[in-house]
Amino acid sequence: MSEQQAHATTGTYLRVAAILVMITLIEVGVFYVPAFQSALVPVLLVLSAIKFALVVMFYMHLKFDNRFFTFLFGGPLLLGLFVVVSLLFIFYGSVRLRTGM
Amino acid sequence: MKSWLTTTDHKRIGLLYFWTAFAFFLVGGLEALIIRAQLASPSGIGVRAETFNQLFTMHGTTMVFLALMPLSAAFFNFIIPLQIGARDVAFPRLNAFSYWVFLLGGLFLNASFVAGPLFGAGRLSVAPDAGWFGYANLTSRQFSPGPNVDFWLLGLQILGIASLAAGFNFVVTILNMRAPGMRMLRLPPFAWMTLITQFLVITAFPVITVALVLLMFDRLFGTHFFLPSGGGDPVLWQHLFWMFGHPEVYILILPAMGIVSEVLPTFSRKPLFGYTVVVYSGVVIAFLGWGVWAHHMFASGLGPIADSVFAGATMLIAIPTGVKIFNWIGTLWGGQIRFTTSLLFAVGFIAMFIIGGLSGVTHASAPTDLQQTDTYYVVAHIHYVLFGGTILGLFAGMYYWWPKMTGRLLSERLGKVHFWLTMIGMNLAFFPMHLSGLLGMPRRIYTYSPELGVAGFNLVSTIGAFLVGIASLVFLWNMLRTHREPVTAPANPWNAATLEWAIPSPPPVYNFTVIPTVTNRLPLWQTERHGPMAPLPERPPTPIHVPGGSWWPMITAAGLPIMAIGALGRFLPVVFAGLLILIVGIYRWAFEPFEM
Amino acid sequence: MKYDTDTHAVAVAHGHATFMGLDSRKMAFWAFIGSECLLFGSLISTYLVYKGRSLVGPYPHEILNIPFTSFSTFDLLMSSLAMVLALAAVQRGDMKQGKLWLFVTAFLGLIFLGGQVWEFSHFYHEGLGLTTNLFGSTFYVLTGTHGAHVTVGVIWLLTLWVQALRGKLGPANAMTVEITGLYWHFVDVVWIIIFTVVYLIQ
Repeated sequence: MSEQQAHATTGTYLRVAAILVMITLIEVGVFYVPAFQSALVPVLLVLSAIKFALVVMFYMHLKFDNRFFTFLFGGPLLLGLFVVVSLLFIFYGSVRLRTGM
Repeated sequence: MKSWLTTTDHKRIGLLYFWTAFAFFLVGGLEALIIRAQLASPSGIGVRAETFNQLFTMHGTTMVFLALMPLSAAFFNFIIPLQIGARDVAFPRLNAFSYWVFLLGGLFLNASFVAGPLFGAGRLSVAPDAGWFGYANLTSRQFSPGPNVDFWLLGLQILGIASLAAGFNFVVTILNMRAPGMRMLRLPPFAWMTLITQFLVITAFPVITVALVLLMFDRLFGTHFFLPSGGGDPVLWQHLFWMFGHPEVYILILPAMGIVSEVLPTFSRKPLFGYTVVVYSGVVIAFLGWGVWAHHMFASGLGPIADSVFAGATMLIAIPTGVKIFNWIGTLWGGQIRFTTSLLFAVGFIAMFIIGGLSGVTHASAPTDLQQTDTYYVVAHIHYVLFGGTILGLFAGMYYWWPKMTGRLLSERLGKVHFWLTMIGMNLAFFPMHLSGLLGMPRRIYTYSPELGVAGFNLVSTIGAFLVGIASLVFLWNMLRTHREPVTAPANPWNAATLEWAIPSPPPVYNFTVIPTVTNRLPLWQTERHGPMAPLPERPPTPIHVPGGSWWPMITAAGLPIMAIGALGRFLPVVFAGLLILIVGIYRWAFEPFEM
Repeated sequence: MKYDTDTHAVAVAHGHATFMGLDSRKMAFWAFIGSECLLFGSLISTYLVYKGRSLVGPYPHEILNIPFTSFSTFDLLMSSLAMVLALAAVQRGDMKQGKLWLFVTAFLGLIFLGGQVWEFSHFYHEGLGLTTNLFGSTFYVLTGTHGAHVTVGVIWLLTLWVQALRGKLGPANAMTVEITGLYWHFVDVVWIIIFTVVYLIQ
């Protein structure tokens, strides 16, 4: 583990903040542009995932910190994602069955 | 007295957990006996329907949350720091907090038995009565207008906080407080199973917390999360409950599996067969345990795809479980077996858990499960895994670690009476339930028709249940009588291999005079590869700082039931008073000088 | 195994080195954050499962105010920036900057909370109460739980700020500030998801 030399600097923090603000602007922009309506959901999900990852990696220092913390956070995070996705499958799947669509 | 109220010593907290949980175990057992007395004949002994509902709800809730989990927690507290060579847990005050929250939450839940007059209920008891998994919409205001379900949902929220706090504490303790050289694959199997259990606790309990909060909003504030009249879906409750509920059954069984994995090698004079495989099977069980919750819900009509996925995942769990069972049998094979009471219970665990596991596999198949849902067959299954599994495993642990915890040995003669009465009693009680269930006897009924042809089976079940009750009294007597005896247990009465046996029984307050350096998995044994570790010095060579006590964990914990009482009575000032106690407690706790 | 320099210093300050060379409080806190993932996961699941199932209005697209919430999102992102700056200042012993950024973080948190209070009361006047429909129930419980987390974070930050003003917070307490920061950033990433799932994907 030789991460400790690579600690983030104030410059990094500011650059990350700039990217976060830019992505947020894009998100809101995409929301208002009618041409994007069909691809809105996947685009927004990807953009917010990028923001999520940036904050966790740089502001919460997971990129530079011990890998074990990534495991401690990432394991339950994936589990939470699994819960959301499987519940959506179950509920929207069964709705389709019930209504015969 | 004060030193017990303010204690932060993991050993004292372990003993507090043990006695509190054992008392709740007796309460839950008493509830079971009344249920069984009522069911001994088709028309019963006159228990009213409402009382019967309260009895089976509180029996299930008490046994799961107030007896089995905290009995395991008693061993986590007492044994884990000793097994990993630590002086205490990572957060001693948080540990005390967990205990007090558990105690107060348990008392809050059981206070419902006598709280009727306070709510003008017209009867003494307003205990929860919607079943231990509280299915919507039975729990709605419309069908449960009294405070009964409120006691349940508030009590479980409080108990969840205790479990979560302990979960964080033991994850960090096991990972971070290990003695030098105690690498992961040198951890005793009980410590491993405890670690896996705590990961399940910290991931599963938030889900039930959310479910209970949503139910609380439905009942207290008039939302419609689980009410079809407002568009809500009662099936969502089932999903959220079992997403917690299935990991919960592994939270209940994995510690017992860990105990058995300690007891069998000690009394066979052989290292655990396939240690690594046993550890990894535990990890796999926990992992798969998160993906099978809907097998409790086949009857709710999930559709063929979800049914197949959950049935398949459930059957997969039989593989790591079977692997463990073969490894335990492999440990006994060719060993120099000593038939102590502890070993008898451990072997009994294997046999009974196999029966429970097999009936579990039959539920895994959706078509057969539909025949079994809500019948006594399911009741038989849960009791073979939770009594035949968890409780027999816990009893094995009690006989095994009693000398370490108290400095006195339990009577082996009484122990064998206890064991055989328990084994005969539980099989008489629970085996006929398979048959009465398959013949069509639904669970949770307080009388049944004589034409159903299950009266004989029910009578046998009742006789068995009372035998188990007598056996528990024998055990209680066995424990109480040791208190009159001198403290004479040797440091290592069973010739066991792990670190907790390297120090006196009971251990001094600082546990280890010198923190040992671990070089192998069986430090106290002579094996082909290494000799036993050098004995620790009798006196500490340098003074050891022991953290003092603190009042704040208990005071902070007291804020929670006060808030719950306020919510129960719809009286906001009491809620705020509880919140204030909580906040003041946290601040005083945070700024209290407390050296570790 | 090499130690992260900060963590090691704290472990030594606590009087004993830990097995993994990691600070116990920080490890417990990451476990707590992991646990919180399941808490918010369950709440977000509930919101999504009940999406579009309200029997009566107001519906999300009639009431959600994107420009306003975009500002709240921006505000919370900036508070995360202030938080890392506060931590960096405390770690290098610059308590003047440390105090300033701690306060800015808490202040931005307060603005967010004020925005949420305004938003809730505005919705209420538009006819969306907690019990009006499933959208109201799921929306208020999800964003309210998040708001409660922000409230705890603001109180925590202000406590640290007061400690700093009284000269009781220094580089020796950098771990405390770091853990506060972990909590604060986690609350921020939860908002990133809520903003997308609740507000933008209608």
